[in-house]
Amino acid sequence: MRVELTVNGEARTVEVEPRMSLLDCLRERFLLTGAHAGCEHGVCGACTVLIDGAPARSCLMFAVQADGYAITTIEGVAPGPGELSLIQDAFCETHGMQCGYCTPAMILTAHALLTDNPAPTRADIVDAISANICRCTGYAQIVEAIALAAERMRGLNQPMREP
Amino acid sequence: MKPASFEYARPADLDQACAMLAAGDDVRIIAGGQTLVPLMAMRLARPKRLIDIARIPDLAFVRHERDGIAIGATTRQCVLERDAVVRAAVPLLAKVMPFVGHAAIRSRGTVGGSLANADPAAEIALIAVTLGATLIYRQGAASAEVAASDFFIGPMMTALPAVACLTAVRFPRWRDARIGVGFHEVSARRSDFAFASAAAQVALDDSGVCRRLALGIGAVAACPLRLDSVATALEGTRVELPVAREAVRAALADIEPLSDLHASADYRRRAATSLAMRAITDAYRAAEGGACALN
Repeated sequence: MRVELTVNGEARTVEVEPRMSLLDCLRERFLLTGAHAGCEHGVCGACTVLIDGAPARSCLMFAVQADGYAITTIEGVAPGPGELSLIQDAFCETHGMQCGYCTPAMILTAHALLTDNPAPTRADIVDAISANICRCTGYAQIVEAIALAAERMRGLNQPMREP
Repeated sequence: MKPASFEYARPADLDQACAMLAAGDDVRIIAGGQTLVPLMAMRLARPKRLIDIARIPDLAFVRHERDGIAIGATTRQCVLERDAVVRAAVPLLAKVMPFVGHAAIRSRGTVGGSLANADPAAEIALIAVTLGATLIYRQGAASAEVAASDFFIGPMMTALPAVACLTAVRFPRWRDARIGVGFHEVSARRSDFAFASAAAQVALDDSGVCRRLALGIGAVAACPLRLDSVATALEGTRVELPVAREAVRAALADIEPLSDLHASADYRRRAATSLAMRAITDAYRAAEGGACALN
């Protein structure tokens, strides 16, 4: 079946079997391998992408169901080639990753959270990432990264203070 | 690709969807897919054809009706979670929404999908049974209704005919001035499948006497259970906790709890008793405070 998607702002058309998940479509057809295949039944969260801005499991959606939607993957969050988004930068700075398997999904989940709630409490952050499993970090630095990113994003929207 | 091959169709309206359902064997409706897709990935479900109703207009809505609110089957859970009408008219449903899967699941999962799949741990199904909701479905050109208590007949099994499409669910609204709700569940991570859950809604009169109580437990037995004997024991009283505990214990004494790797039957029964007491206590306190505790 023919499917039309907007992937990271670019209109793409692809021919897929109905049983191809959005995850496999992104990885195999568009070579966007930042969305990771973990459990492939909705538990681990490693395949999380943004669908029309909302986080969703790309393993729990067939590509044909996503026809017409705007998909954002980790490849689409940086402002330019070789650069990092503010949230990615915060993850680097606080060492919010070890093996990196859960990281793209964590960052996209954080992206959705901070768009919705610019000043999340620690509990809000923990609740938001509770859908994503990380087997390395113990989550502490991930929570720290998101709190740091939130603080910086709020700062960006403030007028410069007089020295 | 993990699921077996299938055909995919996206009907333009409900009539077309019903015709497609009637036309073949092994045809399944898909909307959000948050229950069905994992089942297909594990090949526990192998439909020959999927009928995607997610984009059919007029199936996603929340509207006031005479004695309650009606919610369209393809209304997404994330929409319900933030809906002011639901919050005001069916506070118990609003209360459980954050527990229905994780945010990334609720952004695609639908109300009708949760009901039609009938997972024993599903919170929306629990509230439907607890409050006595009515499910509305279409079969061919005819519309029909079924009470939630008759709808759920076993784990992942409902009374919905194979060729019918769930279209809406109607939740009754309690008109009492002093209403309180309570909900508690035990799960591995917040929003994961519950091992046991309990929901209560209480209405008090001006002097603090319980006029009405609805109590349900989920994830414990094959279907959500409404414990009417507890309501009978507590209505017309000030809800003394020892009386309530005894009533809950008695009500749970002869049920057949599920047992699995995560929670034994005995554990589920004990957990359900405690959770039911917490839910009743929260609901009663919230009603005494005159406001619904939504957090």
